[in-house]
Amino acid sequence: MSEAQSTIDEMISKDYEHGFETLLEMDVIPRGLSEDVVRLISAKKNEPEWLLDWRLAAYRHWLTLTPPEWANVHYPAIDYQDMIYYAAPKSQKDGPKSLDEVDPELLKTYEKLGIPLHERAILAGVAVDAVFDSVSVATTFKDKLSEVGIVFCSFSEAVHTHPELIKQYLGSVVPVGDNFYAALNSAVFSDGSFCYIPPGVRCPMELSTYFRINAKNTGQFERTLIVADEGAYVSYLEGCTAPMRDENQLHAAVVELVAMKKAQIKYSTVQNWYPGDKDGKGGIYNFVTKRGECRGDHAKISWTQVETGSAITWKYPSVVLKGDHSVGEFYSVALTNHRQQADTGTKMIHIGRNTKSTVVSKGISAGFGQQAYRGLVRVAKSAVGARNYTQCDSLLLGDQCQAHTFPYIEVKQSTATVEHEASTSRISEDQMFFCRQRGLSPEDAVSMIVNGFCKEVFKELPMEFAVEAQKLLGVSLEGSVG
Amino acid sequence: MLHIKDLTAEVDGKPILKGIHLTVNAGEIHAVMGPNGSGKSTLASILAGRDGYEITGGSVMYQGKDLLDMPAEDRARDGVFLAFQYPVEIPGVSNIYLLKAAVNARRRHQGLQELDAMDFLSLVKEKVRFMEMDEKMLYRAVNEGFSGGEKKRNEILQMIMLEPTLALLDETDSGLDIDALKVVSKGVNSLRSPNRAMILVTHYQRLLDYITPDYVHVLSAGRIIKSGGPELALELERQGYAWLTGDQKDVPSKGAVQ
Repeated sequence: MSEAQSTIDEMISKDYEHGFETLLEMDVIPRGLSEDVVRLISAKKNEPEWLLDWRLAAYRHWLTLTPPEWANVHYPAIDYQDMIYYAAPKSQKDGPKSLDEVDPELLKTYEKLGIPLHERAILAGVAVDAVFDSVSVATTFKDKLSEVGIVFCSFSEAVHTHPELIKQYLGSVVPVGDNFYAALNSAVFSDGSFCYIPPGVRCPMELSTYFRINAKNTGQFERTLIVADEGAYVSYLEGCTAPMRDENQLHAAVVELVAMKKAQIKYSTVQNWYPGDKDGKGGIYNFVTKRGECRGDHAKISWTQVETGSAITWKYPSVVLKGDHSVGEFYSVALTNHRQQADTGTKMIHIGRNTKSTVVSKGISAGFGQQAYRGLVRVAKSAVGARNYTQCDSLLLGDQCQAHTFPYIEVKQSTATVEHEASTSRISEDQMFFCRQRGLSPEDAVSMIVNGFCKEVFKELPMEFAVEAQKLLGVSLEGSVG
Repeated sequence: MLHIKDLTAEVDGKPILKGIHLTVNAGEIHAVMGPNGSGKSTLASILAGRDGYEITGGSVMYQGKDLLDMPAEDRARDGVFLAFQYPVEIPGVSNIYLLKAAVNARRRHQGLQELDAMDFLSLVKEKVRFMEMDEKMLYRAVNEGFSGGEKKRNEILQMIMLEPTLALLDETDSGLDIDALKVVSKGVNSLRSPNRAMILVTHYQRLLDYITPDYVHVLSAGRIIKSGGPELALELERQGYAWLTGDQKDVPSKGAVQ
């Protein structure tokens, strides 16, 4: 047990004898959630009063809620008092001194995933300045962005540098009362990204490279807010193909996107959180609330996700189509292997006139994997001329895995057109034999066919992510053949 | 190159091959003909390494190696090619992608350098034109939406690209009109070489008008009951299989032979 931990244990047994101020100085606060913990988090970040009040309101509301149990996922009840709600970012000094000290298995995985050499060290936690000059890289990006007026920084930073923007948009897409995990996140969120694109500006680069390097430090209750003002465009990449481990099991992030008139936000996620051991123990629970609002006319929001990790994935990136002629898109590949479970899908809420939504969901189940697609297409009475196309395909590899579909379609406007197609398939013996007869190993054959199955989704990903995503699928399917 | 000795095999406990004895040397083309259910396609599948068959006796030596001991993909990389009777569709995987993966797998195995994108593209385009196919098919998914004739031409295109050592053609002529048959035969004939052997499995003599075999074998009820030169096929066309099998059900009705 580390020195820090034993000090904390001592403190707890002394009943907070030294009080609030001392706790403020500590890097890791004691387990448990209370109003004091919320105040502590806010104080550690030097947040303004209005934000603390916002957190407290969320916390008080959370106390009135019970954890939802309707999803098609099974897990032991979570003890919300048995978690640490604040930990300062780890010091570089505690990490491995060089790649030689890193677990070779991990390095092998980075190799298979095609992760650039200089990023492997960072991802493995090697002290950054010993390997790679991150400061100059970060500065170059920031300069380029600020030249065009783009704000891209951590959420915590934005609270201080752009409080008016945070005040204006925070909680406007996912209100604190939205659901149990959103309320929890709103009370104790650690950090995340904030991005604001001014009117008419097209963000000159994928907001990813910079972000990925810092992804490790955002913690388990991530809060992200992206606002694209009129006519703006931004493509944002979240996550990374490298397997991510964390001591914290529960990850309940909230991501809010706001697209004003004629603006476009493209949000891509590649997630490979630790899925647990072969019995499914110890994996990460990824319970996320993601929602985008097309607030202005002709706005467009696209969600693209490749989910291969986590013990449990529970998320529905959604789009609220308020503006007339606004467009929402959801492209997803979800893989559940071994003992993983996923209940994922999307909600497309049509409110404005002539709105359009497209949903393409590809689910792959292998091993004992359990997967559910849960989708809602809701067309309000006001949504004249709404159009939705949903395609939901499942691929089953093996005979112990499962795929379920729960489509909800609610239409209150007679001029709407809603299409839903679904298919369930396996890789046939004939297809496998054909590929092998052409010289492909069974693993390569499965990888090729699965990638073909996911093509429609992969082509929506920014190029560099698409290549990595294909490799990730191959790595994640290891052991599923035969 | 290929020595099949007393090969017996079963499917689901039912004997299909009851003692096949066949030797194929490099440079030779052998036709294996026979009535339905004789075991022709089974023989081709077993040589290619398809699962689901139980070898109950005998042996197959290919280039001095025990073929039956090798997994399907190893046989392929060693130059065994099967042109399928019913080519399968693979949605989402383009023809060009599959071709490149297959060609490079073979080249890697042979110790050759993989073809780069440019070289590969010009080579495959040349062969596509030779097989009188539209270049656009390269970017369509493997066999998806292809007519029967297109599928068979696609098989021969793959064969030409892979340059096999032992080519097994399983009823490549079935379902083809005259024009498609001519193109397919052109493709097969272009691969004739002293280093290459071919086994054509066919029900009808018609294919052999375009691809002249060196030897013709008649398979019936799991055994080769007669072997001869190309004139044997012509005799069969005139008399039907019943001439050899003595089985009334093998007597052709009018219009049975195309």
